[in-house]
Amino acid sequence: MRLFEFAAPKSLEEAYKILSRADADVRALAGGTDLIDQVHQGRRKPSIVMDIKGIPEMKRLAFDREGLHIGAGASCTDIYNFPPVKKNYISIAESAALVGSVQIQNRAGIGGNICNAAPSADTAPSLIVHNARVVIAGPKGQRVLPIEQFFLGPGQNAMAKDEILLGIVVPPPPASSASHYLRFIPREEMDIAVAGVASMVVIDPKSKVCKTARIALASVAPTPVRAKDAEAVLEGHVINEALIREAGEKAINAAKPITDVRGSIEYRKELVKVLTRRTLTKCLETLGNR
Amino acid sequence: MAKIPLVFKVNGEQQEILVQPYQTLLSALRDELRLTGTKEGCSNGNCGACTVIVNGRTADSCLVLAAEANGAEVTTVEGLSQNGQLHPVQKAFMKYGALQCGFCTPGFLLSAKYLLDSNPNPTEHEIRLAIAGNLCRCTGYDKIVRAIQAVAQAEV
Amino acid sequence: MTSKYKYLGKTTEAVDALEKVIGKAAFGADIHLPGMLYGKVLRSPHPHAKIKSIDYSKALTLEGVKAVITSKDLPSLEDARASFGGELTMDLGQIRKLLLADGKTLFDGHAIAAVAATSLEIAEQALELINVDYEILPVIENALQAMRPDTPLIHPDLYTRTLGEKPKAPSNIGTMLEHQRGDPEKGFAEADVVVEESFETAMVHQGYIEPQACAAWADGDGKVTVWTSTQGIFNTRDQIAALLKITRGRLNVVPMEIGGGFGGKNDNLLQTLTVMLAQKTGRPVKMIMSRDEVFRATGPSSPAYFTVKVGAKKDGEITAAYIKMIYDSGAVPGGPLHLGWVASCGAYSIPNLKIDGYDVVSNKPRVQPYRAPGVTPVVFAIETTMDILAEKLGMDTLKFRLRNCAKEGDYMPDDQKYARIGLKEVLERVASHPHWNTPLEGPNRGRGLAMGMWTGATLSSSALVMVNGDGSATGVSGQVDLTGTRTTTRQIIAEALQLPLEKVQVRVADTESTPYTMTSVGSRTTYAFGTAVYRACQDALAQMKARAAPQLLVDVGDIEYAEGKFWSKKDLEKAVSWNEVARNTQTRGEGMVTGRGSATRLPIAPEFNAHIVDVEVDPETGKASIKRWTAVQDAGLAVNPMQVEGQMQGGVTQGIGWGISEYYYYDKGKLRNPTFLDYRMPTSLDVPMIDTSIVEVPAPDGPYGIRGVGEACIVCPPAAIASAIYRATGVRMNKLPMTPEAVFWAIKAKEKQLVAADGH
Repeated sequence: MRLFEFAAPKSLEEAYKILSRADADVRALAGGTDLIDQVHQGRRKPSIVMDIKGIPEMKRLAFDREGLHIGAGASCTDIYNFPPVKKNYISIAESAALVGSVQIQNRAGIGGNICNAAPSADTAPSLIVHNARVVIAGPKGQRVLPIEQFFLGPGQNAMAKDEILLGIVVPPPPASSASHYLRFIPREEMDIAVAGVASMVVIDPKSKVCKTARIALASVAPTPVRAKDAEAVLEGHVINEALIREAGEKAINAAKPITDVRGSIEYRKELVKVLTRRTLTKCLETLGNR
Repeated sequence: MAKIPLVFKVNGEQQEILVQPYQTLLSALRDELRLTGTKEGCSNGNCGACTVIVNGRTADSCLVLAAEANGAEVTTVEGLSQNGQLHPVQKAFMKYGALQCGFCTPGFLLSAKYLLDSNPNPTEHEIRLAIAGNLCRCTGYDKIVRAIQAVAQAEV
Repeated sequence: MTSKYKYLGKTTEAVDALEKVIGKAAFGADIHLPGMLYGKVLRSPHPHAKIKSIDYSKALTLEGVKAVITSKDLPSLEDARASFGGELTMDLGQIRKLLLADGKTLFDGHAIAAVAATSLEIAEQALELINVDYEILPVIENALQAMRPDTPLIHPDLYTRTLGEKPKAPSNIGTMLEHQRGDPEKGFAEADVVVEESFETAMVHQGYIEPQACAAWADGDGKVTVWTSTQGIFNTRDQIAALLKITRGRLNVVPMEIGGGFGGKNDNLLQTLTVMLAQKTGRPVKMIMSRDEVFRATGPSSPAYFTVKVGAKKDGEITAAYIKMIYDSGAVPGGPLHLGWVASCGAYSIPNLKIDGYDVVSNKPRVQPYRAPGVTPVVFAIETTMDILAEKLGMDTLKFRLRNCAKEGDYMPDDQKYARIGLKEVLERVASHPHWNTPLEGPNRGRGLAMGMWTGATLSSSALVMVNGDGSATGVSGQVDLTGTRTTTRQIIAEALQLPLEKVQVRVADTESTPYTMTSVGSRTTYAFGTAVYRACQDALAQMKARAAPQLLVDVGDIEYAEGKFWSKKDLEKAVSWNEVARNTQTRGEGMVTGRGSATRLPIAPEFNAHIVDVEVDPETGKASIKRWTAVQDAGLAVNPMQVEGQMQGGVTQGIGWGISEYYYYDKGKLRNPTFLDYRMPTSLDVPMIDTSIVEVPAPDGPYGIRGVGEACIVCPPAAIASAIYRATGVRMNKLPMTPEAVFWAIKAKEKQLVAADGH
């Protein structure tokens, strides 16, 4: 294990002070399940590890008119057991339940999952299709970013050195909408997604026309990406089997995968196609439209 | 780098020790408290051999800093039996042959206890999901799943 | 299952279970010694490179660093070809090359230097201060590349071992084996159908959850004690003693509980480094491998290549077979070629047979045994070929095997003659099993069958059985208990001495306190070590009879014993209890009773099995899910049925991993997946309940008909899964692992073929 100092601020002010230390490379620790391993392997070398779980705001989990508030320190277990998440944000609940094992989910949260900015982060596509915003805080104040602008590259997010993630706000889902996330892994659990797809559709209850479709992909580009060509296939139409197939084909346009230990470029593209179809089909099933 | 004080409860007993800021909870338990029942198999949360219960929830103690456990209540395999009585999952693992080499066993016992505390009557799939973060290379999981089922059905 | 024995054939709780469920059992890493130092190894990032210099002067200046060692600290060897037993024998010179790179690195992860420091963190920091100047050499990635004539040599001094004369030039081939019986050419000519297929299998790891760990301490006068989790304490002792030139009696190896071995904990490399650091510092030193090191620098199994050709007559009778086998041994020679050859098609009766085998080096870690070493890959190749052949003959795959299965009097691939074996009974059990007779449910499913065998190692074993003054008995040995030896030993002693189980204790002790016994490998402990235990019991019983005779004033030849009582067969009134004789040993006559038993070179007791699997393949992703599994195995006598089942279920699960998800992913000689995240061993969700069915055809040579059971269960799964995938999808998978991606592209290729065929 690399050497570092430990800090556990009890308030945001205290945290900002630590972040402002010019001589220090501070990493926030929430669940720690990515960070501690990365430090262990020498992939990150912080001089201070700052446990944010003692800051009251960080543990926030609430649902109000603004939508769902997920504090950066809330664990996956807390999140998917929160009734409004189970009810209104199925895709988010599904993806939070896929992050590692039970032991990992008891520590790791969505905040850490996105800050780590792995292309494979399971919760990122779900947040994207749900139009989430991230709330970033630092000594200079708070700012809000659309989640899609948060990911800059593998392991890189849009936060400055002296900023931390406060939380995520997910707007209330539109009426008559459904979302699902599926990933493909070789085993049944404990793997990193070879490819992952979240889909969300909003259907006009009367005409059955798809008003909005949002599709986002994991593990097939340096960051999570929207599959806009696929979305365009669906919007303004009554979704049927043929359109789902076409959306699957078009989703590949957004995928720029690499070949690595987890899968080849070609295979990942095939998976994007299949998972897009399957998530869309599940959305329609949830809406009772099939 | 100065050591920092860690005050926490382990298996019901108050402990006050000094730990390195970078030391993991696993290392604090094993190397400082000499509670070596908790095992280290991979150091990155993939095998579950170091599973302990922290404030009522299981965690891979290799991915928790000792300092994070300040004020926490921690249960390790050494704390599973109470008043000289084995915990039902311990009895079941013995009776149903749910262990061979025994290295992964402490982690499995804690995952099983955690499952049964919140879901006393799990399905086979729920059991398998609950222990998916614990790797076993000897048993093929069959007898582990059956032992947990036996506890649920009070057949221990 | 009913057993004619009182304590054998009965499930009892494991002797070691209680200590293991309360966290008290002490494994290799659990030892803590006063003033202990921590050791760490610097490992080569380059799979093949010349070491021009190693400068560790900076590391030595770091506060807390107590010693650094490199290959220069190793004593020279007089006899580099002296070898050590186990399943795979190795030359000392080769072990020395692996221990610390001497002038050249041979694989990614090869040890360059080792450091002892006052903390793990300081030891790790010290590694970063060691400066190694490498000159990169071309990487020889696998055996096929290594065999090409234009490929550079890994060892300029490696001359192929053959039965013929010594070759004139060195090569990358360590051993060449040629074997023939009957007239294969004639056999193939007589065949109505001949099938020839080629196969490739991946390098996989044993995957024990406990990383290698060791502590060592040298006394003031230089006597060394080693605490470690090893499969064989005497093997560990003798190897370290030979490499470091220590008299065996001055090196004591204490067995710690072992967190899985499966063949992989026989190499003793970490242990030797620990002793070197302990000697150099004069302080206790502990070393524990990280998981990354376990993957990169211990001994995984051998990747292999096969061509299998089998011919049969229309009625299904096999007339001839040819097998070409190439085993990649990694950095130095000595893969499982011999073991693979002996067991290969051992499940079949084949009159005309030719086998060509090659043991080849490459820039990968030196392989170690892995459960039935070498056999799982070759059985995958043979069973798949047989499956194809049966199909071409239009024969049911099970009937084809029943027609050709090996029986008593048949010959093994190496021409040893089989005594009584239970393969036919195993296949008959399959034929009548509900699993085999229940139709498949649902689409995209297929059912596969495979059979196979493991020869069974015997080696040398010894045990002591002491009779205590209260009539209880204690079995002592140095036989490492991997997963149940103590439990079965206790049952054998109880049975042989007719004492209640509660009165029998068993203990595994150190090399200083126990007689020499070989390592726990090859399914040999219950059978071969069990024979030594049985003989020790017979010896103890004879001594007890000799003590009882003068007490009863009868001739020792007239003494009978049963159920805790001695009596004269001439005068039933003359009787004395076991307990009384035992009590008297402490004060009278000949004194204490210690039974000694040993067993060397026992005849083999081969284990046979067959597996049935139902697989479902997702045609859109290629992912094969295991839906149902039945393993049928001949255990001779299942001493403890629950433990036998556990062995079978564990072997199946390892075999499933080997079949569909596990492999070393090398990129130009660098291992890219040295974690449990990307080296994908089956989790609880990847396997179903595993049904077991135990057949008991007693082995003729050992006590009670016992056979080993630990190895055969891993040899069938990849072949059985391949057969099931074929029946689910129509594609034959001739390469392991059958990952989702591999199956997916195979399905795509077949679809393309069909489209092309339609077009014509």
